[in-house]
Amino acid sequence: MKRAPTHSYPGINLGERHASAHKATEVVTFGFWVFLMSDLVYFGLMFAIYITMIDAQAGGPGPHELFDLKSIFAQTLILLTSSLTVGLAMLALKYNLPRARIVLWFGVTLLLGISFLVLEVRDFMAMAEQGGIPQRSGFLSAFFGLVPLHGLHVAAGCLWLIVLGIQLRMKGMTDVIISRVVRLALFWHFLDLIWIGIITIVYFGGLTYG
Amino acid sequence: MTPSYSGFLGRLDWDALPITGLIQNPNANEIVANAAAAIVLVGVVVVVSLLSWFRLWTPLWRDWLTSVDHKKIGIMYVVFAIVMLARGVLEGVVMRAQQAAGPGDGFLEAEHFAELFSTHGTIMIFFVAVPFVFGIANFVVPLMIGARDVAFPRLNQISLGLTVSSGMMLMVSLVVGRFSTGGWTAYPPYTGAAFNPGVGPDYWIWAIVVSGVGTTLTGINFAVTIYKMRAPGMTFMRLPMYCWTIICSSILIVFAMPPLGVAALLLAADRYLDFHFFTNDLGGNMMNYANLFWLFGHPEVYLLVLPAYGIYSEVFATFSAKRLYGYNSLVIATMSIAVLSFTVWLHHFFTMGQSALINAVFGIATMLIAIPTGVKVYDWMATLWRGRIRFSVPMLYGLAFLMLFVIGGLSGVILANPTVDYQVHNTLFLVAHFHNVLLPGVLFGLLAAYNYWFPKAFGFRLNEVWGRVSVALWTIGFLLTFMPLYFVGLMGMPRRSFSYDDPSFHPFMMVAIVGALVITCALFSVLIQLWVSIRDREKTRVPVGDPWDGRTLEWSIPSPPPPYNFAIIPTVTDRDDFAAAKDKGAAYPTPDAYEDIELPRNTGIGFVLCVLSGIWMFALVWWIWWLAALMTVLMILAVIVWTFDDSTELTIPAEEVRKDHEAWLARVHGEKAVDRDFETSPENRGLARPDLEAVT
Ligand code: HEM
Ligand SMILES: [Cu+2]
Repeated sequence: MKRAPTHSYPGINLGERHASAHKATEVVTFGFWVFLMSDLVYFGLMFAIYITMIDAQAGGPGPHELFDLKSIFAQTLILLTSSLTVGLAMLALKYNLPRARIVLWFGVTLLLGISFLVLEVRDFMAMAEQGGIPQRSGFLSAFFGLVPLHGLHVAAGCLWLIVLGIQLRMKGMTDVIISRVVRLALFWHFLDLIWIGIITIVYFGGLTYG
Repeated sequence: MTPSYSGFLGRLDWDALPITGLIQNPNANEIVANAAAAIVLVGVVVVVSLLSWFRLWTPLWRDWLTSVDHKKIGIMYVVFAIVMLARGVLEGVVMRAQQAAGPGDGFLEAEHFAELFSTHGTIMIFFVAVPFVFGIANFVVPLMIGARDVAFPRLNQISLGLTVSSGMMLMVSLVVGRFSTGGWTAYPPYTGAAFNPGVGPDYWIWAIVVSGVGTTLTGINFAVTIYKMRAPGMTFMRLPMYCWTIICSSILIVFAMPPLGVAALLLAADRYLDFHFFTNDLGGNMMNYANLFWLFGHPEVYLLVLPAYGIYSEVFATFSAKRLYGYNSLVIATMSIAVLSFTVWLHHFFTMGQSALINAVFGIATMLIAIPTGVKVYDWMATLWRGRIRFSVPMLYGLAFLMLFVIGGLSGVILANPTVDYQVHNTLFLVAHFHNVLLPGVLFGLLAAYNYWFPKAFGFRLNEVWGRVSVALWTIGFLLTFMPLYFVGLMGMPRRSFSYDDPSFHPFMMVAIVGALVITCALFSVLIQLWVSIRDREKTRVPVGDPWDGRTLEWSIPSPPPPYNFAIIPTVTDRDDFAAAKDKGAAYPTPDAYEDIELPRNTGIGFVLCVLSGIWMFALVWWIWWLAALMTVLMILAVIVWTFDDSTELTIPAEEVRKDHEAWLARVHGEKAVDRDFETSPENRGLARPDLEAVT
């Protein structure tokens, strides 16, 4: 198609590239945004369910007994830092730094993602020890419907990082790979956004109203 | 029924087969169940033998199952929808027969009747209406917007695979185990583990979850396709009305499928993991389910009916040989309906205990939808006004729709009044209402689309006479089956009841069964029409591609279209671009140069995921955990491996495109244009003499 390369897509622009690759990336990235919107609705509904069930504790343990804010604080720091490292990978991409640089930031992000998951699972286990299992009450069902769902997304993001890292090494910076990196970054920031919702609504909200 | 459990086969055992029930307890109920299972098995055997006999396995695999061509995917969707329609209609007839058997118990058991309305509703909505709507959209949308394919062709194939595998689960549930008795809405706690420990609700859950993923991907795909893939010059205000309705419907999918997924998965958590989202005890709250389900359910009916509106808009314009009247108002009306449809879900449970104020607010919100809908009806009437109308089959469906749909819409406004709803909710009045909008609204629209675009897809027209017969049968059958239900509904006959004892309902039920039989004939007439048309296809070929004097881009290319759709991507200058070109005598231009065309290469990923997800669902339903885990891993692996495949494009050389296109142009110039009055005669080879008096 002979058209001026004026396309831009929501997200980071990658500088000069030929038009057809731009166009392809633009369509795919836009599609991914639409997917994220759909996923956002999913989370939004789980938040809504959680809010309606905050009081449905049925005599079981509630937020005050179960939530460990120190661990949540650590998880928040880790996740926010991982958004920074993904951002650094994107900058490496934008300024055409060596591939190793991107792989490095990917590696750091992966480590942060995994440590987040480890802390999260440790929290869940501590909750279970105090009787905080999803089978105990509607409130706990809602908690375990929402927070691990985010965790699952993080796990999926980690898997994606690994696969994409391998593809990056095998194939180098092809157009397809670059477009995947762009989407992975979007996804990762999206997870951060959801996490902000989780600390405000699930943890702070839970402690205030539960 | 509490099935036994073994580690290897989960809770699967001999009792799961219907034949066991027949042997233990031979009666009419078991005979019906076994006949249904037998039909499925015979169907499978017949299909497999036919394919083997005609040695069609290789072409089936090469040309269809691995194809990523949106046209073929669309056709496969429609075939699937029609097969499922046959099952859905037959179930409707069996239910009507049960009630026509008169006061008393009829011939079915209560449980079996409940399975019937649950599968019927689930099939009709998720496996007839949705795949039919998006089958047509798949075929038509890229052609209408001047694109070579949808935005994500391979994802499109995956969507089809997931839809088909979940539909197959409903077929499997006829043969192994039983389906849910919880209706298409599957309200807990009735469908919870405490009340309903069998496999039925699990079949429902997984079919809904997997097909829901497929539908969401389709919605994303079409929203992006229409947003990003339009031909140069096709601004939004030049977009054909049908594409407007599809983009609205896609947006509805993107936002309305998540509530359904959440509802179904949380129900699964309750059933499988003993969570307490919707249980009666320990803080569960079933009203959350009702809200989630209808937050999906109401937009769902609009995501079905909006595309039908779009189809009628195209049909009315073409067969009146006029520009669509009030295009801007139609666009605004479509968008308003899409938005409003999210604000009314609560009218599905006016009687479930919220305050009168809330009921009033949602009642009024519901009635507001009548305004944009009314705008549309008047626009369509104004399109017909002083047009040069041809009563072809799609037009006849359209006229039947206009009259009948207004009745259905008005009964909806009546139901939107909470005080009235308190009287008639859960009666057959409601059943009459929704069939009144779903049949003349959605189904007639889809059948109109099938008749309208069939020559584009296959290169020959459908038989007119049988087409008219089927319009008549559907209309009469619909009136006889569903109009009586308004009356018995007002008399208080509850829906979903397998028996009744008030003899005054009986005459109405007799009329309704006659109607249901007429509908069965209507379904057969559609199949006969297809068969007769294939038999006589030499007389109805339309290779030039424009049999109806069409107005939009899809009619400007050969029938059937080449794999790449457009030899040269058109530049659009008008809303009815092809009509305008014909008017100016500029249709069928000879291009200056041709270019290589890149198309996506075939892939088996959709088929692989179809099979794997089918086994996965089956394993989950029967608690065969090792198999479910294995399938989960395999599905993830399949996707990962597939992303390593680089050779995804296929290039069609410019030379080949040129040869094909020039051959077709030569045919266009050699053909004699046919006047609209001879549209249905064999002379019509797809080159229309435009109806110049009526272009504007
Ligand atoms: C073609 C002929 C049809 C017949 C004879 C028929 C008949 C019936 C009957 C007898 C019921 C049960 C009513 C009750 O609950 O008492 C029913 C329910 C239903 N039908 Fe149909 N129907 C037909 C077509 C359709 C179509 C085309 C659709 C949708 C596209 C549809 C959607 C439904 C739904 C959603 C239900 C509710 C199921 C439930 O109660 O959970 N039907 N139909
Ligand atoms: Cu509704």
